[in-house]
Formats: sequence, structure tokens, C-alpha cells
Amino acid sequence: MATVTEAVGNVTESDLIARAVEIVDQARRAGASDAEVILREGDEFEAQVRMGELETLKNSGSRGIGLRVFLEGAGGTHVASTSSSDLSAKGIRYLISGALQLARISSPDPMQGLPEAASFGRIEGDLGLYYEDVYSMPVPERIEHARRAEAAALAVDPRIRNSDGGSFDAATGHRVLANSRGFASSYRSSYCGLSTSPIATGTSGEMQRDYWYSSARSISKLATPESIGLEAARRTLRRLDGRKVPTQQVPIVFPPEIARSILGSMAEAVNGDSIYRGASFLTGKLGEQVAASTITIIDDGTLPGLFGTTPFDGDGLPTRRTVLIENGILKSYLLNTYTARKLGLASTGSAVRGLSGNPGIGSHNLYLPAGNQTPEQILAGVTSGFYVTELLGRGINMVTGDYSRGAAGLWIENGELTYAVQEITIAGNLKDIFKNITDIGNDLEFRSSTASPTLRIDGMMIAGA
Amino acid sequence: MIERCLGEALSAGGDYADLYFESVAATSLGVDESLIKSASQGVSAGCGIRVLSGERTGYAYTDDLSAEPLLRAARTAALIASGPAKQPVMDLTGGLKDTGRPQLYPAPAVELDPDLSAKLALVMRADRAARAYDPRITEVRASYHDEVRRILVAASDGTYESDTQPLARLNVFVLAKDDGKTARGTSGGGGRVEIDFFHDEKTPEYFAAEASRQALLQLNAVAAPAGEMEVVLGPGWPGVLLHEAVGHGLEADFNRKGTSAFAGLIGQKVASSKVTVVDNGTLPSRRGSLHVDDEGAATQDTMLIENGVLKGYMTDKLSARLMKMPHTGNGRRESYQQIPMPRMTNTYMLAGEDEPEDIIRSVKRGLYAVNFGGGSVDITSGKFVFSASEAYLIEDGRITAPVRDATLIGNGPEALKYVSMVGHDLALDEGVGTCGKQGQSVPVGVGMPTIKLDRMTVGGTGK
Repeated sequence: MATVTEAVGNVTESDLIARAVEIVDQARRAGASDAEVILREGDEFEAQVRMGELETLKNSGSRGIGLRVFLEGAGGTHVASTSSSDLSAKGIRYLISGALQLARISSPDPMQGLPEAASFGRIEGDLGLYYEDVYSMPVPERIEHARRAEAAALAVDPRIRNSDGGSFDAATGHRVLANSRGFASSYRSSYCGLSTSPIATGTSGEMQRDYWYSSARSISKLATPESIGLEAARRTLRRLDGRKVPTQQVPIVFPPEIARSILGSMAEAVNGDSIYRGASFLTGKLGEQVAASTITIIDDGTLPGLFGTTPFDGDGLPTRRTVLIENGILKSYLLNTYTARKLGLASTGSAVRGLSGNPGIGSHNLYLPAGNQTPEQILAGVTSGFYVTELLGRGINMVTGDYSRGAAGLWIENGELTYAVQEITIAGNLKDIFKNITDIGNDLEFRSSTASPTLRIDGMMIAGA
Repeated sequence: MIERCLGEALSAGGDYADLYFESVAATSLGVDESLIKSASQGVSAGCGIRVLSGERTGYAYTDDLSAEPLLRAARTAALIASGPAKQPVMDLTGGLKDTGRPQLYPAPAVELDPDLSAKLALVMRADRAARAYDPRITEVRASYHDEVRRILVAASDGTYESDTQPLARLNVFVLAKDDGKTARGTSGGGGRVEIDFFHDEKTPEYFAAEASRQALLQLNAVAAPAGEMEVVLGPGWPGVLLHEAVGHGLEADFNRKGTSAFAGLIGQKVASSKVTVVDNGTLPSRRGSLHVDDEGAATQDTMLIENGVLKGYMTDKLSARLMKMPHTGNGRRESYQQIPMPRMTNTYMLAGEDEPEDIIRSVKRGLYAVNFGGGSVDITSGKFVFSASEAYLIEDGRITAPVRDATLIGNGPEALKYVSMVGHDLALDEGVGTCGKQGQSVPVGVGMPTIKLDRMTVGGTGK
């Protein structure tokens, strides 16, 4: 049995694993050919301050259990799932009988079933996912941090007169996965975050809001409230007095916090679930040129301390590093066990398991490695163009690649950022967008689980006045 | 026990406290490649305890409904206030009363239905119907989801209400392939209904045909135009325009804080005089309808914009009290783990007098959009988007080529001033809307007659 205790563990850790294994055994005794249990415990804290006054305090914890049972039948495996917040003996019995009853009505599917025992495992060693210190600050000090971040933003400029507040939040979680083929393991994770969202008023009376944040797994790695407030204020002020620009085609520069959403679209396009059913424009494109030859995109679940890191995926497979695109060539899809079987490929350890249903697919730490141009050098190469600071809506069609979203930002003139632009859209097709990435910045930073340096993309249409 | 918890919640000097008990039983079934690949059921139950003290909110919740965890949650929420208890808890011993309110939807038992054969038949029928629609339909996924939510709200102001809220939805997703091209089509609907609805009113075959029709249409779509032009929106789901352009901006919390582009505009003209918009939680069977909101207050039909003039905001208890405005019963939350806030129910524009055909005929060059994927809004700047999934060019007063997906963008307090024609064909959506705000999702409805906007920016790539 691949039972492993975390570097940072305690007594309840192994208790919870034992409980999950017990429920798996109970489901097998009740008639399941195979069974899989996920147990989740978590707690959260949130303090919100607005205009210097405490507005909201929230503090609670909860837990949940999800069960999947498998029944071998003629023509394949039946599967069904149940979930609940009731971990009592009676609740568990109900969970098991319900799942078995449901499984009998599902269709036999030859591709369904738990992974082979040999594929289970976890990344060993301390991955830096859990720090007890996220709750170490006394509550009044957490409130004070939120207040200081907001106050720093409000103090920057008289045009900042209102605020959507400052907030401090923290959470810890404990996740256990166990199945009847011998996998049983768990990990803890922690999170804390500090943010503020100031509101500025422009010359016409129009208001603009932006925000900035810091988040970390340990409180010691959180940025200072003052630095967050200053950055939030800078971002808000630069949006003031925006105008619409005429409809035209110009180069568009995506700073890291916006460029990462383009990478997110790529992860969606290589999602095995869309690939095997032909619902992605990248279906069948393995080995083909799908991006500019300078583009490499990697998904890595093993990088210590990062937000997308986990020791194992939702199927119980160890996470790994997967090169999705290398020098513009599509090298791999993102696959869980089921979609890998459908496509006749190996899983990339990308299963994402919620409490209910079958595992989905997601990226871990998805990134585009840094290039060698500074953001300033990239801007300097643009005579007339658009620098995006906000994208609105989800106008992306993964089947066709059509991409059309609302945007706000700054106009680039002769390599310099000038006036604010708003109420426009940017549009193109993802098939072309990745091929038209002309510049890659050197400013890669893992502020969240998807990270990109600054990118310049040519050939997209701006619709405005 | 309830009164003890409320007493504990107010022990540090809060002005108001409430307990929100919730239990939910949900079922999901999915057919994919003509196989029932997913079948899941879930139950959850818990209690959220809230304490208000001035503008402050303290909140805690528990999924263990025994005495000690409830009292502990009450004491945690109580800490928002600091002082001696000052607020007596109103007598709740009267228990639940018959309010005489009309019943908008049925009240099924909150338990998992062991007999799923009727629900399975729905998704299998949708799968068969879509595959039979046209040989170019190559991929079909259909899913059925239902839940029954039972809530009980007890508050220190004497509120003591319970409600049982069914919600069901059938969805169909298809891919059409032809000549190397692939296109998608989606359709779905439901509401606060039971399974009969899908036999008698909107059948799986209806949704399957609708999704298939859209996918086939998209196979031959041309690039959407780019730039400002006249836009005609069809009846029903395009009402998502109202949800984004004005709905969110009229939720009271943003206006209390002065962070909405609509703050301070009550009594002013924010739309053309042809525009009247309401938020109405009292429509029978609708996805956004509720007998009572999640603070235990009766929902109502609230006038938001009347003949172009801004009339009022949607309020919850906190904002109504602090703003000294009418309480409209719009306090909603996703679950017991969340703090309630002002949210929409069913938001729609009332019918006008124009003939839909005349509206199309009046457009020289523009876009006719009849189906949308969804939208979003920046409350503070008022900029909103919504993404068309089925739209056509209008050329010289006639509907011509279908166009590919495109996002439309506008400015909330301005966009509805360009509404120059309003049809008499008001329709509500099929019942698929889910609204997200500050991380909380709630089911909502939208609706609209055919309307013409003289000016709006269309985010295509073509000329």
C-alpha cells in the first residue's frame, strides 16, 4: 500500500487516511468491484475592511466526502458517484448503497475503471504546500493588514476617494484519496492572501476600479500591505479618462497578468476530454506546428511551493512535468486516465477530482518560459498598438478557436504607454493568435498557477468606435 | 435551540442575527457517446450564522447541526460586535405560519430519488433525437441535473420562514462536422419544475433539435463584423443584456458604497423612454423565482427602470436599513457557507408596441443576435460585455448570413439610451441562467422582447 505520511503531518493525518481506506473496504464488501474515496477537510478565514472600517469577518470550517464505485459488467465497467457532508456511520452506509444503485443504471464502458496499480504514486519530499503560519497572526493584526493595504492606496492621489475595500484571507485544506487498488495518500495545503481594490474618479466624473494582491502558501512570503496598496493605486489611476479608439488591426501587448489567460485557453484546447470528442481546434494536431517556433509551453505539477503543485493527481498518479508545446510543435495533450485510454496514450497526471462525479482535467503550473526581452524593449518595438490591462467576458469558442473579448488598457504610441482605452473588443482566432506571438518578455513570475511573461501578438482586430 | 443560538449570536452587542439552515439533495446524469457515463448524487446540509452590527457583518457556519457546533458558530459570528448584549430576540415560538402567498412551484421531498429511470429516459431521448436530426451531427452530450433545496431562516427580528425549492435543468451539446469544418451547438432549459415539465412543455427532442439547428447553422457562418453598428436583439435569452448592462449596477450594495456607475442616479434618465425593466421573483416555475429570499423575506415585482427613468435598487435587509430604502426581498446566497447579498431574480424588459419584422426592416446594415453564451460587467466603470453564439448580418432590412461567435461591448448607463424600438414579443429565457457575483453562483432568469439599439460595438474580425 502506497501510504505515505507528509513531511508536515500530525496524528489526524493518518487517522483520516485510515478512515478513507475503511470506507473503500466497506464499499467493496457491499458489492463494488472497485471503489475510490476522497475526503476533504478545510477551514477559511476572511476579514474585509472598507474605508478604514472593518466590514466583514468570516471564520469557519467544513468537510466533505465523495465516493466512486465501479462494477465490472459484460461489455465494460459501470461507474457512479455520491457525495455528502455527513461522515457518520449511517451517512456512509447511505453513500455506499446510493452509489451502487446508481452504478447499476450507468452504461458499461470498456474504457472506464481505476488506473493500473503500477501507475500510482506521489512526489516524495516536502513540496512546500503547507505552512501552519497562515493563521499565526492574531485576528486584529489580520484586520490591520487589510486596513493598511487599503489606506496605502487611498493615500496615493486625491482622485482616489472611494474603495471596494481591503481584505486578508487564509485557508488550509487537507485532502485524502484512497482506492481499492492500493493507493492511499493525502496532503495538506495552506494559502493566505492580501488585496485591495481602490476606486478613482476621472475628470468627467467616471469611476474606475482596479486591484492588486499578494498570495502565498506562507505568511512570511506575503508582500507588505503598503506595496500592495501602491501598486493597486497605480493600476487604478492609469485607467482614468479612457476613450474608445477606432476599429483597426494593430499589435497588442499582453502583460503577464493578462497573458496568462491566453495560456489558459491553450490548456483548454489541449484538454483530452475535448480532444477525444473532436471538440477542440487542436484535435489530431500532435506533431504539428500550432504556435510560433519560439513558443514552448510547459505544465509542471512538481515545482515546490507553487500554487498548482500537488504530490498526486485526482486519479492517484504522481504529478509530473509535461511539455505541451515545444518550439511551436504540439507535443502532448493534458490527459487523465480515462481520456488517455480513449486516445491510446499515457495519462499526463492531469486528473482533477472534485467531491462528485468522474475526474476532470486541469493544468498544474502552466507556464511559458521567459524570453530575453524586457517589457520596455517589447513596447519600444510598437509604433502604434494596444496594451491590455483588463479582459472582460469569456467569448472563446474552443471548437473553432474563435476569440472575441471585451478589453480595456492603454494606447501605445512610438513605444510609450499613453492614454487609457476602454469599451473596445479584441478578436482573432486562437489558431492564429499562437502563431502570431512575436515577442516574449523576460518577466516570468509564478504569482498564480498559470504564469506567462509579457507577450506581443500581431494580427488581432480591435473593434471600437 | 434556535433562540439560544440567536441569543448567543447577539451576546456581544450585535444589532441583528440570523440563522440559515439549508439542506440540498442533488442528482446529475449524463449521456456521452450514447453511454450513461456519469451518474452522481449528493447531499449537503449546514447552518450559517450571521450577526450585523452597524455596517459590520460577522459570519460563521457549520455542517454539524448539533448544539455545541451551532453555539460555537454563533459565538464566532458574535465577535464582530464588541459590547454588552443590547438586542432582545423576538419571540419565535409561534413557529411557521401560513402566509397565504401563492405557490409558485411544487414542494417535493428533500431526499434522493432512488428511481432514476424517468430521468435517464430524458437524456437518452435527447441523445437519440440529436443523432437523428442530421447525419452531420457527430457528437452528442446531454445532461440532466436537479436539486431540491430546503431552507429555514430564523432571525432576531422575528423572521421565521421556510421554503422548499426544486430546480431542474436539461442540457444538450452537439458537434456538427461537414467538409472539414466543425461547429458546436448548445441548448437547454428548465426551472423550478418537476420532471413532468420535460414531458409536457419542453421535451428532450425540442432541446436536441435546437442545439443541432445551431451547430449546423454555424458550419457556414462568416466572420462577424467589427465596429459600431445598429444591433437588433431577439426575444428571450438576449435579455442577458439587461442583467449585465443595468441589473448588477442596480444591486443596492454597490450603490450604498458608491461603487456602481449607477450610484446617485435615481430619478434620472438612464434609458430611452421605451425602456421599462423589472426584477420579478414571483413568476411561477421560473429559474430565478423564490417564495422567500435567503433572508426569509417575500420576493416581489420591483420596478427598476420605468419609461427610461431609474426608479430603485434591489435591496437586502442590510442595504435597505442602511440606505433607508424599500426592502425588495433580493437577499440571496449560494449556500449556507456564504453571506447573503443583493442579487437578481428574474430580470426583464416589458413589451413595447413595435412589430419585430418592422424592427429588422428598419436596419440598413447591422447585426441580429438571438442567442448568447453569457456576459459580464465591471460594475464601477459600467462597461459590460455579452457574447453572441447565434447571430446574423442584417443587410438592407433583411436577415442574411449567420456570423461566427462575437462579443458585444457597451457602457451600462448609456447603452439603453440607444434603444429606439421595442417589440411586443416579450419572452423569458428557457431557464439556464446562473449568475456569479463575488464567487457566489445563484440561478436567475432574464427576458426581453425584440429590441433595436441604434449603436453598439460588435467585436468581430470582419468588415
